Amino acid sequence: MRILARRNDKTTILDLSGDFAFANSPAVRQSVLREIRERRSSRVVVNLTQVRHIDSSGVACLVEALKASRDLGSRFILVGLSASARQVLEFCRLMKLFENYESESQALAS
Amino acid sequence: MSRIETFPRCEASSGREQKPGHRAGLLLMLAVYSNPQWLTVVRAAVERLTETLSFPPVEGASITRAVDEALTNIVRHSYGNRLDQPIVVYFRKTQRQHDGQVQNGLEILLCDRGPAIDRGQLQGRPLEEIRPGGLGLHFIRHAMDTVEFTRKGSTNRLRLVKYLAPANSAL
Repeated sequence: MRILARRNDKTTILDLSGDFAFANSPAVRQSVLREIRERRSSRVVVNLTQVRHIDSSGVACLVEALKASRDLGSRFILVGLSASARQVLEFCRLMKLFENYESESQALAS
Repeated sequence: MSRIETFPRCEASSGREQKPGHRAGLLLMLAVYSNPQWLTVVRAAVERLTETLSFPPVEGASITRAVDEALTNIVRHSYGNRLDQPIVVYFRKTQRQHDGQVQNGLEILLCDRGPAIDRGQLQGRPLEEIRPGGLGLHFIRHAMDTVEFTRKGSTNRLRLVKYLAPANSAL
């Protein structure tokens, strides 16, 4: 899993690539929560376009990030969900809770 | 003693395949240590196996996710995140009679040598609760037709079975 952070003004975009799973979800969690809680980015966009697989630990990480952003009044946005990731979030009844867009440009224009 | 001998051995657990040492129907056996790094290799193998057995892509993804979550549970709860503990996963052909038809399926048996599990803990959180964690068992139960946990000697055994819809049956 590679995690690349791009920052622009008050927005942080985290590009993830690989499997978002048990082996690396702690690293993703740390990166996302740092942007929300320490850097106080008002908008954190997680780009999942290059993520092939997401497991329950990945979902847990996203839920925790969503809660943290709500607590601080910031926005937490998902971009480029694969069919498989969408299926997982829908099964967990979480899909409607996440602000999500097909593309990064749509997210940034929102 | 060679290291591979420390891996748990499980005889087949279903129906007519219960004779000790009887290996009919065995498609694949994976022996891995409890390092999460190797889960991606197992995922890839399960994904290819379900494709080969003609499971529809959505079901293949669900089965792969179920095996992945089961392995994660073994690493976290059975072995307490130790990286060097043995896990063996057996993949076998299986069959059942369903609505007067023979239905082929895939049986997956995951074996570990962790302490006995309290079955009361084998419950996911209610899906209505929006909080991190407790989802893995839901993924497993949703994906598979059969989910059975047993303890035999010093081995925990999780048996998962998924049957193919008759039109897809290529086993």
